[in-house]
Amino acid sequence: MSGQVLEVEDLRVRLRTPRGPADVVNGLSYTVGPGETVAVVGESGSGKSVSVLALLGLLPARVATVTGRAVLQGEDLLTMKPERLRQVRGPGAGMVFQDPMTSLNPVLTVGRQLVEGIRAHGDVSKAAARRRAADLLGEVGLPDPERALDRYPHELSGGMRQRVVIAIALSNSPALLIADEATTALDVTVQAQIIDLIEGLQADRGTGVIWITHDLGVVAGIADRVLVMYGGRCVEDGTVDDVLERPAHPYTRGLLGALPDLAQPAVDGVVPDLATVPGTPPAPTDLPEGCVFWPRCPVRGDARCEHEQPPLVQIGSGPGLPHRAATWCTEEAP
Amino acid sequence: MFALVHLVPGDPVRLALGTRFSQESYDALRERSGLDQPLLEQFFGWAGRALSGDLGVSFRSGETVTSQIAERLPATLTLALASILVALVIAIPLGTISALRPRSIIDRIATVISQFGISVPDFWMGIVLILVFAGTLGWLPSGGYVPISEDPGAWLQRLLMPALVTGVVSGSVITRFVRSSVLEALGSDHVRTAQAKGLPTRQVFTWHVLRNALLPLVTVTGVQLAYLLSGVVVVEIVFSWPGLGQLALQAVQARDYPVLQGAILLFALVFLVINLVVDLLYTAIDPRIRR
Repeated sequence: MSGQVLEVEDLRVRLRTPRGPADVVNGLSYTVGPGETVAVVGESGSGKSVSVLALLGLLPARVATVTGRAVLQGEDLLTMKPERLRQVRGPGAGMVFQDPMTSLNPVLTVGRQLVEGIRAHGDVSKAAARRRAADLLGEVGLPDPERALDRYPHELSGGMRQRVVIAIALSNSPALLIADEATTALDVTVQAQIIDLIEGLQADRGTGVIWITHDLGVVAGIADRVLVMYGGRCVEDGTVDDVLERPAHPYTRGLLGALPDLAQPAVDGVVPDLATVPGTPPAPTDLPEGCVFWPRCPVRGDARCEHEQPPLVQIGSGPGLPHRAATWCTEEAP
Repeated sequence: MFALVHLVPGDPVRLALGTRFSQESYDALRERSGLDQPLLEQFFGWAGRALSGDLGVSFRSGETVTSQIAERLPATLTLALASILVALVIAIPLGTISALRPRSIIDRIATVISQFGISVPDFWMGIVLILVFAGTLGWLPSGGYVPISEDPGAWLQRLLMPALVTGVVSGSVITRFVRSSVLEALGSDHVRTAQAKGLPTRQVFTWHVLRNALLPLVTVTGVQLAYLLSGVVVVEIVFSWPGLGQLALQAVQARDYPVLQGAILLFALVFLVINLVVDLLYTAIDPRIRR
């Protein structure tokens, strides 16, 4: 063990679609340490969600082929037997999904949905599991947790439901928490509460967190490190400060340029005052030959752009964690 | 409904009296059955008596309609319940398996079977069964009905084929519903949540897929049961099954208005009651509908 909670190496996901094979994730490598929050950002369709669903084997096996390595606490999730993987879901890694309106079963009580998760991973009596469930609901800030246990999801608001989903994800004290757009469907004040909640729980338990989002505002608030995904690849990663303040990849700059309140002004003139990243992400069934971002890139400053995918290389020489980007057009950050 | 029954051409009195009768006996019977009165009066008279449980007397046999229906009811109930049982035994596993492996060989075979069950006429299936099992093989009697209280063995032997025919037809319809609702439940987000918390596959399937696919299943089963209870006329004729469908058909042929009206009233009641039961079941199954 290397002290990391999760080590992902060269993760690739290919989906069978009616329009041919789609390479949705193309060689993703990253690590998550204990107590660390790694934000994965990118547009819809960049492969963020698929890459984490693949880790826990939650993609339908009929259509998805997953290769690479994903070592969670010393065990490779991708070569695990199904029964072992089931045991890891929960205590190894908990997951919070995007839409709290649909991620709970509408016909079972909140308590039941918590209790079944707790009892799936230990010889716990019903009564004990129920007590634990009530404690968890209290912990995630649900008022009157005892009564909430007997409620059905439709009797709770969106924010309350997402707290329940978080309680379920945390019910087996996972080493890793994966939040897949966990706050996207919530309004801003509730979003802030949920973020505070997860940060607080993380500080208490030392959980590693993968936070998937397309909201750079959220990233700035919570992440230790950022991984920018585009076309199923990591195009840039580094510390929050490096990536958000000294973005090296034209795509990252584009994303930041689309957030006027957060972005640094584009000093070097490479990226003009950009309100959007023009165009749409490439279809995973039809990825461009060269750099994945080339067709939309405003720079295209290198002859290789069109023909060769740039490797993810370290840029700058700052202390601490490396700052890497996959682009031919790196300019030294000021 | 009442008007429709009376609009059907044909004179019940004439039919009841046979070929040779005098004008006097004709008038007398007509008066006795109340058919000489205006239609509207006949209706209100009938409806009023029906409310107090008196459905009148059969023109043909002279028995009360209620006793005739009561006599036929056990046969119809037996066949309907047996058929729905056959239907569910076919539909739930078949629909579920096809939903679990969409577009697989099993799914395709199931689709063909259910398409076959929906499109093949039930009387044809009945005749083929009779030819094979009663004729060639001689394993089963070709028709008739024996109450279970008299001889359970004979009861089952005679029930088997008609229940299979109606069960296959209903089962084919239900299979389609089971397949689509299980497929829908499988794809829902909460199933992924259930998997992500590390529940055993069987538990995910029972409580997060099947449990949620139950609602459409209850609806379609209710509809099918109502249909079966209102008498599957053709199958009852093919298997000489003395049920309500047969009774209604005979009443139509004899223009036996009271019996026909009584039967239709009962069918309407069956639909109402089954719909009520289905609605009540909904509230038990789906907490979102409570209150």
